[in-house]
Amino acid sequence: MEMEIVEKITNGDRRAAAKLITLVENNFNQAREILKKLYNYTGNALVIGITGPPGSGKSTVTDKITKILREQGKTVGIIAIDPTSPFTGGALLGDRIRMQDLSLDKGVFIRSMSTRGHLGGLSQATQATVKILDALGKDIIIIETVGVGQSEVDIVKVADTVVLISMPGMGDDVQIIKAGIMEIGDIFVINKADKEGCERLTTEVEMMLDLNHNSRWRPPVLKTIATDNVGIKKLLEEIDRHIKYLKESGELEQRRRESAKKEIFDLIQGQWKEILSTFVDNGFLNKIVNKIVKREEDPYTAVEKLSSVLVHSYTQGDIKNDRKD
Amino acid sequence: MEGKKIRVLIAKPGLDGHDRGAKVVARALRDAGMEVIYTGLRQTPEQIVETAIQEDVDVIGLSILSGAHTHLFPKVMELLKENNIEDIVVIGGGVIPEEDIPELKKVGIEGIFTPGTDTHDIIKFIREKVK
Repeated sequence: MEMEIVEKITNGDRRAAAKLITLVENNFNQAREILKKLYNYTGNALVIGITGPPGSGKSTVTDKITKILREQGKTVGIIAIDPTSPFTGGALLGDRIRMQDLSLDKGVFIRSMSTRGHLGGLSQATQATVKILDALGKDIIIIETVGVGQSEVDIVKVADTVVLISMPGMGDDVQIIKAGIMEIGDIFVINKADKEGCERLTTEVEMMLDLNHNSRWRPPVLKTIATDNVGIKKLLEEIDRHIKYLKESGELEQRRRESAKKEIFDLIQGQWKEILSTFVDNGFLNKIVNKIVKREEDPYTAVEKLSSVLVHSYTQGDIKNDRKD
Repeated sequence: MEGKKIRVLIAKPGLDGHDRGAKVVARALRDAGMEVIYTGLRQTPEQIVETAIQEDVDVIGLSILSGAHTHLFPKVMELLKENNIEDIVVIGGGVIPEEDIPELKKVGIEGIFTPGTDTHDIIKFIREKVK
């Protein structure tokens, strides 16, 4: 059954891929068995991250570079992430509006996704979805993050190349030297370059980058007007140049290691959360909470004890442990 | 935050540029906790069905105010059938004369919501249909 789905996906069945992405989002435990078997068919695609503040032009840039990639004969998978409402759990996913022309191109697969409460600019399902689109045969996978502020930097651990899009008029030069988002770009794009303030912003970003001495890669700063297709070819050339640099310098492997590490941490957290929730279900956690509230025990000791109990029962196989090796 | 979320594609087939209603519905479904994919104006039936496949939606909501519903709605249903898709609920809204509704229902549009519909009725309808 799992192998059948994997076969369908590796044969290019878009519907099977779409359904598996849904399963990853809704019921990871069920998807896990399929993902295990899918893993052998992944690792071929290059992953480009597009990030930047809301309204800076991420979707439009994604649309335009995809069109050029298609002219070059490459197939493209796009994961477009928008935020989930913290109040209702609903989401309005509107990134496709800028990518209408791509919807009938069989060489392009677009999936809109909401964060579902996940912080960091991506959704929980992002890394698994990259693998699904990879196995579906896409050469390039573009992840468009949610519109970010200053600290949503998870993309740097998932993408091979991070394109950071800014635009004029978003604040003074101190914003540019703040820590966080401005540190993660491999390529800086100043979009809406026909707006006032573009030259100043470009200079400020260049100055900020000149002060970084710890990397062999000096990120280029490009100007684009994405809606008019201005500067997009150059952007793709720079992405190519960066990928080449990653391969030659050995940094690609290093980044993939980081990505694997992040995934392991995320998966372990997810699994422990689930184990913890079984403690909530059977009332065990309530007993501990009662003790803490009555001041019979402090929360720090309680957690120490709880952790050792959990680790013990996990290694003894008392808690469902699906590793057979 | 695992668990099933209802995914809805709100699409505007045809050439009219009136998306106020579509946006109001999209917003209401969002506020009801659904994930709403909005694709913008002037979509062909082919684009709508392909998008529905990639996004794996539970519901397609078609909005039309140009009068071409008797042509475009059945076309969407036809394409769904061609792709062996039977698990998507299709609903329609917009300026649709009363006398056209039976015909649209016959081709498989499960609900038609004309101007003046309370968005709560649409939400209720979707929740009942998508289990």
